[in-house]
Amino acid sequence: MAVNPLIRHAVERACHACGRDPTRMLDIVRGVQQRLGHVPDEAVDLIARETGAPRPDVAGVVGFYAFFSNRPQGRIVIRLCGDVVDRMHGVERVAEALVEELGVPFGETTPDGLFTLLWTPCIGMSDQAPAALVNDVVVTRLSRDVARQMVGELREHEDPHRFVRTYGDGNNAHPAVRAMVENNVRRAGPVVLADLERGAALARALRMTPAEVIREIKTARLRGRGGAGFPTGMKWEFTRAAAGDRKVLICNADEGEPGTFKDRVILTEHPDLVLEGMTIGAWAIGAQEGILYLRGEYAYLEAFLEQVLEARRRDGLLGRSILGREGFDFDVRIQLGAGAYVCGEETALIASCEGKRGDAKARPPFPAQHGYLGRPTSVNNVETFCCAARIIERGAAWFAGFGTPESAGTKLFSVSGDCHVPGVYELPFGTTLGELLDLAGADEAAAVQVGGPSGRLVAAEGARERRLGYEDLATGGSVMVFGPQRDPLWIVERFLEFFVDESCGVCTPCRVGNVLMHDAVRRVRAGLAGESDLEQLRALATTVGMASRCGLGQSSPNPVLSAMDAFPDHWRRHLHARSEPGLLPTFDVQAALRPAEMLTGRRSEVFPPREEERR
Amino acid sequence: MNGRLTITVDGRRIEARAGQTILEACQDAGVYVPRLCAHPKLSVYGSCRVCTCLVGGRATAACVQPVQPGMVIENDSDRVLEIRRTIIEMLFVEGNHFCMVCEKSGDCELQALAYRFGITHPRFPYMFPERPIDAGHPELLLDHDRCVLCGRCVRASAELDGKSALGFAGRGLRRRIEADGPRGLAGTDATGDDTIAEVCPVGALLRKGTAYRTPYGRRRYDHEPIGGDIDAPCGEAQEDR
Repeated sequence: MAVNPLIRHAVERACHACGRDPTRMLDIVRGVQQRLGHVPDEAVDLIARETGAPRPDVAGVVGFYAFFSNRPQGRIVIRLCGDVVDRMHGVERVAEALVEELGVPFGETTPDGLFTLLWTPCIGMSDQAPAALVNDVVVTRLSRDVARQMVGELREHEDPHRFVRTYGDGNNAHPAVRAMVENNVRRAGPVVLADLERGAALARALRMTPAEVIREIKTARLRGRGGAGFPTGMKWEFTRAAAGDRKVLICNADEGEPGTFKDRVILTEHPDLVLEGMTIGAWAIGAQEGILYLRGEYAYLEAFLEQVLEARRRDGLLGRSILGREGFDFDVRIQLGAGAYVCGEETALIASCEGKRGDAKARPPFPAQHGYLGRPTSVNNVETFCCAARIIERGAAWFAGFGTPESAGTKLFSVSGDCHVPGVYELPFGTTLGELLDLAGADEAAAVQVGGPSGRLVAAEGARERRLGYEDLATGGSVMVFGPQRDPLWIVERFLEFFVDESCGVCTPCRVGNVLMHDAVRRVRAGLAGESDLEQLRALATTVGMASRCGLGQSSPNPVLSAMDAFPDHWRRHLHARSEPGLLPTFDVQAALRPAEMLTGRRSEVFPPREEERR
Repeated sequence: MNGRLTITVDGRRIEARAGQTILEACQDAGVYVPRLCAHPKLSVYGSCRVCTCLVGGRATAACVQPVQPGMVIENDSDRVLEIRRTIIEMLFVEGNHFCMVCEKSGDCELQALAYRFGITHPRFPYMFPERPIDAGHPELLLDHDRCVLCGRCVRASAELDGKSALGFAGRGLRRRIEADGPRGLAGTDATGDDTIAEVCPVGALLRKGTAYRTPYGRRRYDHEPIGGDIDAPCGEAQEDR
């Protein structure tokens, strides 16, 4: 069978650009997707042949990532952010306008092959919602009118870049970025969002031994900023001590936790601080190879970050013999993600860097022993690297002078939702939730989701005195504010919807459990659940949290459990009026019969509606 | 690292070899740990979580976790059994498992686990997914309705048969086993002599023409519960007083 020459050409170009290396599968598939608009079966065959990868592995990658498609897509793909905060800011009205204007529902492509309309989870723009990705271009603060105007213009010129007329502040206006994104830095602290003397921290690190660098990081009590809070110095020490001469350092910039956008701001305004921290980390653990895993949603920053990397190579801050130190070679490549929240989990992220599906791996072995391509690997958050660079620059004591004993330093909080001043706040750990809410102008906060969907929902009343930090309210940065008009169960249902979509599906508790929890909450909201359903839901949530293989399933029950604790009355209010112990009205006979009744034009004789159901 | 060490399982002290997983050590000591994705001939995968046990109060997969000296393991407590029962029920409602018409009935590990756990009906609503059947291969049948996504066949094809006939596609609840080719199993180099059907714990991958060689009623789990070959009679393992 003759292969379509267009497909052959696209595959050859993409494979050639990546040296036919199967570990670069994400870039290869992305290349084909960009040229053809999708990755047809024929292309999968050819990629497998060109790279020597088994065909199911190629097909598996295409099918795993949301930004890849096996079906033809339009030349312009509009991905509207359906996150809970966007919904609070009227994204549904924008969605209606888009559907009207394009004449196709979500998930479909217009008959002329110009537009595909899709929903996408949080794209890291909750502070300027509703937002969308139009191909790689970020469009923020959407309204019905803007959406209509955008579609009209794109029909004319088909170039999403031309729709962006005013650029955001700072480096958002940089020639390599040119995005309408705003930084919304509301409070710059002394650690992360402060100016950097480029190379100074690195020079200091090179005057220390790797062991001294690690000791300094440990003395500063730096803990991972992604949310889990593992001590960074220990992670580096394990990786340094692991057997193997080729070691790898990965920066996790897959900022996918809904409501988090602080890494976006760091990467836009302080990329040198991040890379300085990475290079110091490389010195500490003895890594030659660095990867910056940038989420696909932030592709608009890729060219800019490449320029920053190039400048650092030019100035001897990356590459061979860094700062003239013979034998200290370290370079960083950018690995672009392709729309998968689970890749923020470190084992899934490593799999993704290896060109595979972002399936979380079984642990042990831990990445520090057996990570990227089997090499000892340390994966750290963007903000963690910033802190590490500062600690070396200013000293452990200076750093540990901020925050609390358990949570040293400052933290970047991404605040969004029902508040007047959404944006990024750098504050010392130990700041109370009330102080942060006041700063953000969240006068009417009724509930706050701390730590994104995988974090906790707390009632604002009574939680104002609680402290932000690992010892109390831990967060990777996401703080979503909900006013009294929002139903906590609606919030929980939205979060579970997100986890259902984003579970990689490897392990049973997460793959199935999230669907069951989502279904249970929906039934509660529909008034079809009784008291025993709540007990069963709590037991189910506990099991999913305990038995899941990675952090996604271990934390996805948190919204359910925390909302049950914080808002018991809201759950009770929805319970079926007739529910009694032992009686589970989970099935609505009347509703199930309705289609048949409509088709036959008759009422059911077998299950006549009860008296109280007759209207 | 070839030393012996002692772990405690449900209050019983058990000798183990360093480097063994909890599951292997228990098995050697006559303690059955239920499992689906684990298979003695295949690499460790740790996906089904049926072997979940508690180590120091934390849930961990016995097929993945290596033993460490002094480890205290809960394998047969109410908490552990509840987790496992829930996971087995999840597998039942996720797929379409109609034991009464399944060729594998009596030899099926999922069915046998349900019997062992006394599951008469799942507490969760059935999902009734629509999944196609891949029956195009002359010697093999792939019925996705019954698949539990344990990945034994994927590993067996690569590790035992030296092929790559199968892989995973999709994610989340849409995750599925996919044959290496757009034409399904028939388009692959898999044959009836491959091990992929043999290792399948359920009736998802079957060798055609062999299903009823052993009649119902005379099959493996018709006679003894799953794990019955591992469970030691009481008193055989060393009691911790």
